[in-house]
Amino acid sequence: GRPQHSKMYCHPNDIFPLTLTSATQELFGCRCDEDVTGDNPYKILRKEDIVQDMRMRAAVSDFSPVKQLVLDYPEDELLLVYDRDFIYGSSFYLVLTADAKERHLKPVVALGVEVALECEPLEVFAAQKTSEPQPWISLGSEQEIEEESVTDSRPRYRISRVRREFGAPIFFSDRNAMETKDGFLECTPYQDKNFSLKQMERHTGVQTIPNLKSSSTQTQWTYPRSMCTQYEPREFSEEEKENCLQSEHLKNLVNSVASRFEIAIQQNEIMDVFFDDWKALSEEDSGYGRKADPHLKEYQSFTDLHFSKEKTISNINWHPTINGVIAVAVTERLSFEDRINGSTKLLLNPSLILFWSFSDPINPQLLLECPDDVFSFEFCPSDPNIIVGGCMNGQVLTPSLSLFLSISLLTEKPTCGVVDIYSFSLFHSDKVSRMGVPMENRNGICVQIVTCAPDCCVMFWDIRAPRVLQTMADQRKQKVEEKPLENPHGVPNTFKHLDLTWKPLIRVQHISYCKTQLQLVLSTTFCPQDGELVYTDWKLEKDNDSGRLFSAKPSHRFIIHDGQVNTVRRSPFFKDIILTVGGWTFAIWKEGVMNGPIIQSSCSQKKCTVGYWSQSRPAVFFIGKEDGNIDVWDLLEKTHEPSQTQNITATQITCIKPWIVSSKQHLLAVSDHLGTLHILEIPWTLRSPSSNEKLSMSKYFEKEVDRLVYFEKRREMRAKEKKDSEAEELRKKMVRYSI
Amino acid sequence: MLPKAEVEETLKRIQTHKGVIGTIVVNAEGIPIRTTLDNSTTVQYAGLLHQLTMKARSTVRDIDPQNDLTFLRIRSKKHEIMVAPDKEYLLIVIQNPSE
Repeated sequence: GRPQHSKMYCHPNDIFPLTLTSATQELFGCRCDEDVTGDNPYKILRKEDIVQDMRMRAAVSDFSPVKQLVLDYPEDELLLVYDRDFIYGSSFYLVLTADAKERHLKPVVALGVEVALECEPLEVFAAQKTSEPQPWISLGSEQEIEEESVTDSRPRYRISRVRREFGAPIFFSDRNAMETKDGFLECTPYQDKNFSLKQMERHTGVQTIPNLKSSSTQTQWTYPRSMCTQYEPREFSEEEKENCLQSEHLKNLVNSVASRFEIAIQQNEIMDVFFDDWKALSEEDSGYGRKADPHLKEYQSFTDLHFSKEKTISNINWHPTINGVIAVAVTERLSFEDRINGSTKLLLNPSLILFWSFSDPINPQLLLECPDDVFSFEFCPSDPNIIVGGCMNGQVLTPSLSLFLSISLLTEKPTCGVVDIYSFSLFHSDKVSRMGVPMENRNGICVQIVTCAPDCCVMFWDIRAPRVLQTMADQRKQKVEEKPLENPHGVPNTFKHLDLTWKPLIRVQHISYCKTQLQLVLSTTFCPQDGELVYTDWKLEKDNDSGRLFSAKPSHRFIIHDGQVNTVRRSPFFKDIILTVGGWTFAIWKEGVMNGPIIQSSCSQKKCTVGYWSQSRPAVFFIGKEDGNIDVWDLLEKTHEPSQTQNITATQITCIKPWIVSSKQHLLAVSDHLGTLHILEIPWTLRSPSSNEKLSMSKYFEKEVDRLVYFEKRREMRAKEKKDSEAEELRKKMVRYSI
Repeated sequence: MLPKAEVEETLKRIQTHKGVIGTIVVNAEGIPIRTTLDNSTTVQYAGLLHQLTMKARSTVRDIDPQNDLTFLRIRSKKHEIMVAPDKEYLLIVIQNPSE
């Protein structure tokens, strides 16, 4: 229905609502509900009366709002209508126009007041007899109502069951919508062409280039023919060169450009402008995390319960060509007297050289039986199938390992082969304590070995097959002797005619015992037992008197170490730097500096038993101690103490040998007094050299040499000063006495 | 003094500078005249540097015909090679700057 306003919203123009006070009502005779009622609300008022009332009461008059309208009213009588229901907001209203008055009086009477009041204000005075309800014009309000109301949006689904199942529980289950074809409807996306834009304009830059054309051709090679050209550069003969050098032109040229050259060269001498300091700061090949651990890690350990029980290892050697094979010489742990006492028992126990391979840590691959304990042995550098060993009883042996089968099996199946050794007659009266690495001759084939023994002899041997012409008798004799030497194992008889025919090339007598390492170049050093270091030159000199060759006397002699010197080793990086280890100290020497060692260590707590240079870092070397520790010395880091110490075993370390397997793996073989061979892995910090390490080391050595020279000079100076001062005093005394 | 001795002296002076590895005098066709290095190295340097100097000179003159090459310095990782060209001869000096 229509909204009902409580208040009147507008009144037509031709009426004016008025409120009359009871005084005014009495005056004009239009008292509410007495003179005028709901049925008869009309009252005619005279215009003059209203005007007079207005004059009399002025502003207080109730008619004052309509003063002007009343004055303008054309007729004499105005209609006042009693608005009992307050339709227009007041109790009365005054009709302002005559037409309206007529309309009020006449039609209203006919129609009835309520009907007139219920009409729209615009249609209030419509000349209709009956008003029908107007069609309802929707202003959108029913939509709001509909939205708020709750209705069924779809027909309700009715699920029915059979009667017997009424009240029974119902079980629902899931069904996959993908199972049936029409299980679901989907709206697949597609590319709408309406939305793809085609770029019609684009800004680009254009540059012209010269015309390029590529073409190729193929030659036809009808007759393949081998052809070659040999050429050599053109050269001038000596006279032509002389001519050129004499020419004026060259002279002028040289004079003019020499200064330019000198400027350029001096520029380079002053500073290298292309040197990138930033790049040079970093050390190459930095591994993550691996750098942190500086310790030698145990890689593998070999000990044989059967063969190396109760024994000690006297020497270790890595096989020069086969990777992962290492040979150790096991000897009895007895002193000389015990040996003599127990010699019979020893004869039953064969002395062995064991070959270990990394593939089998339990069983040695090869055993070489020796007639006696081998104290020292070396692989021949040119032919690794040859080993030379020096035995306890003074024999020098070369077992031939050209049992190729046996060696190749080292990598596959382990075999324990025992090879007979060709032994040779005694030339040393005492045990051969050290073998020298066989020297090479010009062809790169090793033909010489050096042995030294405590019998004060150092011998050089030539192991070439002697081309001595033999008489028939000798040959026959040899043949006869050959037969019993036929080997049962099929060893090729490489050395058979060397049996018993070796003669030492040089025989040198020296005053004291020789017990230690030999390192051979033409001049060499060796160290006798009681800590002496003797330096000599092996060049043969011809004695003019007898015509025989003999070797020179030792040129220098030093007593530095307080115990037996057990190691003399050249540095692999510097040809003239030698490390010697003995007693409780070690020393580093430089060949040519005869004053003394350039570096000498302080006494350590325990005896140093062996030492070896690192193969990859010029500043590092390893010292083995008698308590099983290995001291790693890094001369660029600390020179007063080892940079690190690591305990490897519980007993004395007898031999250390490093070996480079690959650039990522460096191994250190350490043997101890109990017969165990430990293989340790050298960590990155100890095996990778820092940049300029060699240069720094050589500078360090030079500094030390300078220091020695300086001290020598000072010593001489002081001695001279002392002599001078003494002479001076003596003179003074004499002068005094003479007076 | 004989011209040759002067030449010799100057070249020796250059040679004795620190870091100088070798000095070569080459004629216009690339044939070595005087050298302090061994023969094979000399021949190699002479041939290669002769060609390079020709190319460098032609480059300079192409850009500006009034110009000419006076000095050529080649800096490599290990060495510096200095070449002084001339109509008839070529002087080459090799130096190791970082020593």
